[in-house]
Amino acid sequence: MYCYDEYDQTMIDERVTQFRDQVRRRLANELTETEFLPLRLQNGLYMQVHGYMLRIAIPYGLLSSKQMRMFAHIARNYDRGYGHFTTRQNIQFNWLKLEDTPDILADLASVQMHAIQTSGNCIRNITSDEFAGVAQDEIVDPRPYAEILRQWSTFHPEFAYLPRKFKIAVSGAKQDRAAIQAHDIGLAIVQSTQGEVGFRVFVGGGLGRTPIVGSEIRDFVPWQHILTYVESILRIYNQFGRRDNKFKARIKILVKALGIDEFRRLVEEDWAETKGGPGTLTAEEVERVSSFFTGPSYEALLEHDSKLNEFKVDNRRFSNWMFSNVKPHRIKGYAIVVLSLKKPGETPGDATDTQMDAIADLADRYSFGEMRITHQQNIVFADVRQSDLIALWEELTKLELASPNIGLLTDMISCPGAEFCTLANARSIPLAKSIAERFESIDFQHDIGEITLNISGCMNACGQNHIGNIGITGVEKKNHDEWYQISIGGAEGNDCSMGKILGPSFKFHQVPEAIDRILYVYLRERVDENERFIETVRRIGHQPFKEHVYAAEFDEEPVIERLDDKTVSPAQYAVPFYSPRF
Amino acid sequence: MIIKNNILVEDGWRVLRFNEQDTAETISVPEGKVIVPLKVWQAQRDQLLTRQQQGEIGVWFASDERPEDIKQDVQNFPVIAVDFPVFSDGRGYSIAYNLRARLGFSGELRAIGDVLRDQLFYMHRVGFNAFAPRPDRDIHEALKGFQDFSEVYQSSIDQKLPLFKRAHRKGGISNATVGGRNR
Repeated sequence: MYCYDEYDQTMIDERVTQFRDQVRRRLANELTETEFLPLRLQNGLYMQVHGYMLRIAIPYGLLSSKQMRMFAHIARNYDRGYGHFTTRQNIQFNWLKLEDTPDILADLASVQMHAIQTSGNCIRNITSDEFAGVAQDEIVDPRPYAEILRQWSTFHPEFAYLPRKFKIAVSGAKQDRAAIQAHDIGLAIVQSTQGEVGFRVFVGGGLGRTPIVGSEIRDFVPWQHILTYVESILRIYNQFGRRDNKFKARIKILVKALGIDEFRRLVEEDWAETKGGPGTLTAEEVERVSSFFTGPSYEALLEHDSKLNEFKVDNRRFSNWMFSNVKPHRIKGYAIVVLSLKKPGETPGDATDTQMDAIADLADRYSFGEMRITHQQNIVFADVRQSDLIALWEELTKLELASPNIGLLTDMISCPGAEFCTLANARSIPLAKSIAERFESIDFQHDIGEITLNISGCMNACGQNHIGNIGITGVEKKNHDEWYQISIGGAEGNDCSMGKILGPSFKFHQVPEAIDRILYVYLRERVDENERFIETVRRIGHQPFKEHVYAAEFDEEPVIERLDDKTVSPAQYAVPFYSPRF
Repeated sequence: MIIKNNILVEDGWRVLRFNEQDTAETISVPEGKVIVPLKVWQAQRDQLLTRQQQGEIGVWFASDERPEDIKQDVQNFPVIAVDFPVFSDGRGYSIAYNLRARLGFSGELRAIGDVLRDQLFYMHRVGFNAFAPRPDRDIHEALKGFQDFSEVYQSSIDQKLPLFKRAHRKGGISNATVGGRNR
C-alpha cells in the first residue's frame, strides 16, 4: 500500500497543528461557530446528535493492520468502544469531544491517516474498487491513480469552497464495483484499441434528493491528462454551480441545467488552455506511485479445491460462507475473503474496538497485514491462501464476522439514521435489524440469491437507497411519525439505474412485511433460480409488485409491554433511541 | 492597513461600493485612487480611461462576475480586487486563477470582503498578493495564516510545478506497509 514520504507526513502534521490552533481559537471565541464550521468540516468534524462526529478518511478503502489498531485505540479512549464504517469507505466515530479532536488527529497522523476533506464543500475521499489489484476482471489497478488524485485534491487551493461537496470514484475493472455513475465524477480506466491506458469519464451522477445516473462527458482521456481534465471540470463547476440553494448546488444540477453538451464545451474550452501544462502526469510519477501497489510476495501455490470441497460437504455453514463470502483471486491458490459486518441483529457497518483489534491480528496472520473497507460496509481480506480458508473461517465465526450473507438480503447498506444524524427523518439501524431478523434464515437468503437492500433515514440518501435493488427511505410526515418509502429496480455497477417508488409509504412495523410481499412476487415470477431479483423487476416492471404489496391490509401495530408495566405504542419505541426528534 | 506581499502596508486605495440609490451610470467616482465595481468601469469607461492610464483606477469583481468580460482592459489596471461576499463563496479563487493564468494579469491582485485568516493560504496560492482582512479582526494575527503549510502537492499560481515534478520522491521499492508484514 501507499506509504507516506517526508512530504506527505509534513503536510498532515502541519494540518494537525493548524487545526489545534483553530480549535483553540474557537474555544477562546476568537472564531465564531459560523467561521469555525467549514474549518472543522474540512477536518471531518460534524456536530451530530450526541456531540461531535469525526469522519476519518480511508483512502480508496485500503488500510493496514496498524491503522486498524489505531481505530480500536480511538474507539476505546475517545469514544464508546465502537466505530461505524461508511458507504464511502470511511470510518466515523459518534461520541467525541471537540477538545479531544486535535489529539485524535495527531494519533491518526502517527499512522499516516487523517480526516482531511472528509466533509465540507470540497473534494472528498477518493473511493475505488474494494477488489483492486486482486480481481480477475481488472484492466488496470486503479489504486495508483486514486492515490495520485488524493494528493492532487488534498488542500487544492482553488476548490476548498465549492458550491457543494464533490465525490470522485475510480474503477479499473470490467465490472464497476465503485458505483462510479453515482458520483460527481466517475472514472473508469479503459484501454484503447492501441493498448493506450486512459479514462472514460462520467460526470454529474449522484444520489440524494435528485438521483441522477452520471453522463459520459468523454469516452477517453489519456492517463497523462487526467489531472488537468478533472481540474477543468472542477473549475467550471466552481464558477457556475448554483450557490443560492443548497439542494440545487451539486454538479449534477449544473450538468442537467446546461445539458451535457454545453457543459462538455465549457470544460473543453478550459482544458484547451491547461492540457499539456504543468499538471500533466509523467510516466515516472505513475511508476513511482504504482511501485507501492505491486502486491505482496505471493507464494507459488496450487489450487486447493479438493480439501475445501471435502470440508464443504460436511459443513453446510462453511459451504454457505464459501459460496457468498469468498471470491476468486487472480493468483492461483489465493482467495478474497469478505468479512461480514452485517450479522443479523447488529448495526450494519459497526465494529467494536475488540473486533477491530482482532481483525487487525487476523489480517496480519492471513492477509499480509492489509485490508479494505467496502462501500457495502464490510471488510475485505484480499490475499488469503486457500489452504488457510478453513482456519480463517473458524476464527471469524468466533468473532461473529462470518455471517454467510455477502451480496444477499441481510447484507444491507444502512446510514446511521435519526438516532445519530440530525438530518434524518427516521431511524435506519433498528429498521435494518428488524428486517434482518425477519429474513435471518440463510437458506431463504440463498434461495433469493443476489440482491441489494439499501436504507437511508432521509432523502439525502447516505444509505444509497436509490441504487439498491430494494431501496428504503425515511420520510417525514406529520407529528414526526416515522414513515418509509420503498423503491425497487435500483442498481449499481455497469447497469446502474435508479429505483422507482412503489407507492404510498409504510410505517416502521410494516416494512418487513412489505419486503416479504415483494420477495413473494419475485419468487412467483422469476423464470428460474438464475434470474436475479433485479432482472425480474426489469422484465416484468413494477405493476405486479405494486398490486401484491398493497392488495392486503397490514397488521395493526403490535403493542408491547414494557418492563415498567406501562403499555407503550407503537412497538418501534420499545427499541431504545435518543434522537431529539422524538 | 492591508497585507501586501506578506507584510503590512498603508493602503492608498479606496474601494467604491454601491449605495442603494446608486446606479453604475450615476455613481460618482471620487478623486484619488479608487477601485471601482466592474459595472461602473463598464458604464463609465470613457470618462475613467485617462485616470486609469495615470494609475488611479482599479476594478473589483463580484463573485458572479468574470474578468473575461473585460479581457482587453485587464492588463492596464494597477490593481484588481475580487470580492468575497462570504468567505465560503469560493468563486473568487477561480477568478483569481483565471486572471493570473489566462489573462496574464501581473499587477496587484487583492482579496476584499469577508477575508479571514484561515483562507489566506489558499488565496495566496491562486494568485492574490494583497489582502484586506475584515476590519473587525486583528490584522497581525491574520499574517500567521500564510505559514500554515510549508509544502503543497499541486501546481497553481504561486507554485508552477506540482510536487512530483519538483521533488525527488521515493517509490515503494522496499514496499514496507505502514503496519503488519513487509510486502
